[in-house]
Amino acid sequence: MNLNKIFKNIFLVLMAGVILTACATTKKVETTTGQMQGDVYTGTDTVEYLASGVPDRVFFATNESILTTRSRETLRKQATWLRENSGISVVLEGHADERGTREYNLALGERRANAAKDYLMTYGVSSSRISVISYGKERPVDSGSNPLSWSKNRRSVTVKAN
Amino acid sequence: MQEKCWKDKNLKFLRTLIILLLIQFKAYALIEVDITRGNLSPLPVAVSPLASDKKSLAEVEKILKIKDIGSEISLVVENNLKQTGLFNPLAKDAFLQKPDIAHFKPRFEDWKLIKAQALITGKVEIINENLRVEFRLWDVLAAKEMLAIAFTTVPTNWRRVGHIITDKVYERLTGEKGYFDTRIIYVAEEGPKTKRIKKLAIMDQDGFNVKYLTLGNELVLTPRFNPTNQMVTYLSYFRNLPRVYLLDIETGVQEVVGDFPGMTFAPRFSPDGKKIIMSFASDGNSDIYTMDLENRIVERITNHPSIDTSPSYSPNGRYICFNSDRSGYQQIYVMKSDGSNVKRISFGRGLYGTPVWSPRGDLIAFTKLHKGKFYIGVMRIDGSGERLLTENFYQEAPSWSPNGRVLVFYRETKTDEKGEGFSAKLWSIDLTGYNERQVPTKTDASDPSWSSLLSN
Repeated sequence: MNLNKIFKNIFLVLMAGVILTACATTKKVETTTGQMQGDVYTGTDTVEYLASGVPDRVFFATNESILTTRSRETLRKQATWLRENSGISVVLEGHADERGTREYNLALGERRANAAKDYLMTYGVSSSRISVISYGKERPVDSGSNPLSWSKNRRSVTVKAN
Repeated sequence: MQEKCWKDKNLKFLRTLIILLLIQFKAYALIEVDITRGNLSPLPVAVSPLASDKKSLAEVEKILKIKDIGSEISLVVENNLKQTGLFNPLAKDAFLQKPDIAHFKPRFEDWKLIKAQALITGKVEIINENLRVEFRLWDVLAAKEMLAIAFTTVPTNWRRVGHIITDKVYERLTGEKGYFDTRIIYVAEEGPKTKRIKKLAIMDQDGFNVKYLTLGNELVLTPRFNPTNQMVTYLSYFRNLPRVYLLDIETGVQEVVGDFPGMTFAPRFSPDGKKIIMSFASDGNSDIYTMDLENRIVERITNHPSIDTSPSYSPNGRYICFNSDRSGYQQIYVMKSDGSNVKRISFGRGLYGTPVWSPRGDLIAFTKLHKGKFYIGVMRIDGSGERLLTENFYQEAPSWSPNGRVLVFYRETKTDEKGEGFSAKLWSIDLTGYNERQVPTKTDASDPSWSSLLSN
């Protein structure tokens, strides 16, 4: 059993090596899809852009509403963009993955969207320009039933309201 | 002296024996069905087609376009009994006696021959454009009538006639109220997982008479009946504002519940039907509120920076169980209905959600998530005696049958590598953990809520 595990690990390490060298030679590192750090999605697969260089969404760990360093970076870009375009209002749509009860997930989506809202506000965006809606687990962006799909679905998406 | 003592002892023994025999005799006198444990040998029962005269048959065919109403009603009864897992309805082609004669006076030897222990017979006729039904329940082994009831209703109610007969038979044989003349309100689903279309739907407990209450233009979730089954409270995303609504099933009139400046969700009625209890989410915090439907007074019940949701009243209205992550993770809590005396009751491994109080008052059903699996379970109201009834990839939201013996819930399937193959269906399971069955629905379905008995 243990030996098997060791072999498996060696195999994985070798495979990773193969993939990495393959990437290095073909310079495809940035198009690699489906990355996760812990269980927070860090890829760009589903991400859309509010403006050039301004991603529209941030991702969360399971059952969490804490903003990661990367999420805060994204939100600062959104805040800058919103300050430059003072006529624009946004809706923050909070979502959860399918691995939770419906009612709790509605609350969790609301909590996530508000975490993003609070951060935008601390960077100078007036609360009157931000509204919040939770969809719980009702509107997944990825219909898969696996950890990667779920990580893409745990999100708060900033959408132009006007 | 010694001899007398011995005699006394002997007498005592004899007396006990007689009492024991009497008890035994009583137990054997008429058939009984024990519903407190999984039933591995369901009771063989013969459901004779209800007898009818030619004139009535012709009239029924004119009104309902049904050829043999007596047979059809008996099929409703048969199907109900079979779904309980407690009864084994026997094949009709083995029946030796004609329905009308059997109803008048069964030849018990004939029914014994096909191993029936209980027999249901009946008669259906049209009198003044109404359906008059009578039925009898017979104990075949004791050669005795156990029950005889007659009632009149409008012909379009003919499936309900079957359900009412089942309720009476079930009650006579198990000693507990039935749950067959009931409805289930649920959310009918269709379309791809990322753009699901959801409608409120209502159907008879056995999946027949489906009616859609909304058109599917907006997302709707978590419908629940009021105690008289005339009103429904649910969550609607009408105009992209998720709010708790109240719908009158008969008139179709609906209204927003309260005037909250944000999302309200997870609604349920109080046991007296006068209040709606729900969550209100504001600035990332969900708390529990009630609104009185008569005077519109809103009361805040919980006040905690955690998520408090999925409230459900005890049947006497004095307590509320709810879901909160105030300990860091989703757990089940119980408090007094004014919000005082909050106590956590779930302490097992994993996350707990959707607590719902049993109509008998002694149990709370819940959803549990542990190591990537979802369970439907029950525990006592102090959190002791946790019992998991069923395990699956995803299932949640149990709702009790009105007699507290069966739970209905929904189950979703895992999608394949392409993200396809998603489905959501209603399932039911007995409190015993046995008799797990899919509840038939035309479309995909979720969020079931069981009505109380429509007739009593």
